[in-house]
Amino acid sequence: MSRTNAPAWMGRPTPAVRAAKAVALTVVVALVVFPLWTVLATSLASPQNVIANGGWVVWPDEFSFASYTEILQGGIISRALLVSAGITIVGTALSLVCTIGLAYTLSRPQVYGGKPLLLLVLFTFLFPPGMVPLFLVVQGAGLFDSYAALILPFLVNVFNLVVMRGFFQSIPSELIDAARIDGASELGILRQVVLPLSKAVIAVVGLFYAVAYWNRFFEAIIYFNDQAKWPIGTVLRQYVTGGASLAETSGELAATSPQSVQMAVVMLATLPIVCVYPFLQRYFVKGVVTGALKA
Amino acid sequence: MAHRTDKALTYGCNRFMFVNILFRLGTAREAFDVSMTRVRGGTGGASPPTGTARARPEGGRPRLGHLRRIRADRALLLFAAPGLAYFLFFHYGALFGNVLAFQDYVPFLGISGSEWVGLAHFERMFTDPLFWNAVKNTLVIAALQLVFFFPAPLALALLLNSVVGDTVRRFVQSVVYLPHFLSWVIVVALFQQMLGGAGVVNGWLSDLGVGGVSIIGNPDAYGPLVIAQLVWKECGWATIIFLAALSQVDEQQYEAAALDGAGWWRRLWHVTLPAIRPVIVLLLVLRLGEFLSIGFEQFFLQRQSVGPETGEVLETFVYFTGFAGGDFGYAAAVGLFKGVIGVALIYAANKVAHRLGEQGVYKA
Repeated sequence: MSRTNAPAWMGRPTPAVRAAKAVALTVVVALVVFPLWTVLATSLASPQNVIANGGWVVWPDEFSFASYTEILQGGIISRALLVSAGITIVGTALSLVCTIGLAYTLSRPQVYGGKPLLLLVLFTFLFPPGMVPLFLVVQGAGLFDSYAALILPFLVNVFNLVVMRGFFQSIPSELIDAARIDGASELGILRQVVLPLSKAVIAVVGLFYAVAYWNRFFEAIIYFNDQAKWPIGTVLRQYVTGGASLAETSGELAATSPQSVQMAVVMLATLPIVCVYPFLQRYFVKGVVTGALKA
Repeated sequence: MAHRTDKALTYGCNRFMFVNILFRLGTAREAFDVSMTRVRGGTGGASPPTGTARARPEGGRPRLGHLRRIRADRALLLFAAPGLAYFLFFHYGALFGNVLAFQDYVPFLGISGSEWVGLAHFERMFTDPLFWNAVKNTLVIAALQLVFFFPAPLALALLLNSVVGDTVRRFVQSVVYLPHFLSWVIVVALFQQMLGGAGVVNGWLSDLGVGGVSIIGNPDAYGPLVIAQLVWKECGWATIIFLAALSQVDEQQYEAAALDGAGWWRRLWHVTLPAIRPVIVLLLVLRLGEFLSIGFEQFFLQRQSVGPETGEVLETFVYFTGFAGGDFGYAAAVGLFKGVIGVALIYAANKVAHRLGEQGVYKA
């Protein structure tokens, strides 16, 4: 631990204090990392290794990608991953377009009807739609067994909207006025002035949306009769936490150990988030706190 | 600046959001009123010069008609249209759909064809032991969350804040934020892997020759289990707000306290905690406002493993009554009941927070 930027008044902590802190931090990090690590290790272990160790391993004797090749060869899990990826990409894009449009309009002072429209949107946060009435709306819209049922009912999130609106409000109005005087259209202002300045908040809000779409599983249970359309979260729930064994889900997986395959699925559902996360993490504070700060 | 930052901090967690929106609306309205006063110039009649290019003639000059204002803003309103259509259709449509709480709803007949039953569903609800069981479980879990989850991020934030090395601190922050982004399915799967009957912990215990522990699927351990899961998933993310508050504490106070001979504990007790008390109190009040919102997916996933006696909470009760049992009207009534109680709680919390806000949030 470097102590270069410690203020003088802090003094030097005793070795005991420093050791206690180090232990506490290590424990915290281990509590988060270790479960994920055993999942990765088990997914990469050979069947004999897994069985010999009672269903899980912390360090595989040999690394084998058999579980991954097995489930990625086609079949229900490959399909579910594709479904989730598609929903995530399309959903995030649609959500961003709608959120940016609404947030920008609500961020402009004195836009016609701005105040009532804002209240209209914020009220939904106070009283979120109930599960059953929302189900009937989705059913009434004819979205049953349609991928749109996993996107449209969650198109705009009020929290993301407010964060984005706050960020747009922090953009100096002189910039926007100047562009307007130069003859730019509203769309031109949005695209050439506002959006280039808002990359951080768009990155964060985009991440929030993408994660929400990727993780969504419950809606597929109530809206989809056709299990072949399930996204990865729903499939995962079916046989990791729902008690159904892997053999029931797809018959062809007997060659590898079921635990490894299960953990490989958990890993595949986790991986995109773990991969995208470091790139966007630096925007968290910048995007969210700044966006909220100036609201 | 400092007081604005403090309000902004409360954005860290979306469950605490609503009241802040109201705060913000309140301040926005004040700002709006002030600017309008300035535009009108308070002189009555004379059209005052305005600094902003977009300022519309108000007050002194005749107002533009609605149609002309709509036309002037047509591009902006067009941008907003898809988002607004979404809110109107899905949120307000669903809000209207709550009428089926007063119907003997038959899917085949639809809302227009089903028979009206008045408050029959609500009468049934109050005498239904299964409903009261769900209420009891919800309250127990909500209380556990309040007592054991609420202070956890504060403790972690104090620990992180005391780490001076930037690299170490940032690394730990990255790690502890991550679980927030994992879905409940994965979190539940991880806990099964670790704590289940054939899981890692039981494997270690049997290696040590100690008898195993039964956690997953054990109704007696369900409360602690769901709290542990919540702490694992959300504790790190929830530190953001406390860390931001801690970074606002006046350095000079620490320095003065240290010069007076205050050690770490006394600095914590006499400087740090008083400085962030407004944030703690505000979050606590807001949490009380959302007392019943304990989450759905986590309980939906694990209800089966312990059975409805322990695992049924209000939202799973709605799901299993409506979707598994086909009793849509009754399920909608329970959902509506919970929604209305929720609004009342948030409203009350908002009142309290507003009152505290005068000295708690605004002045910090």
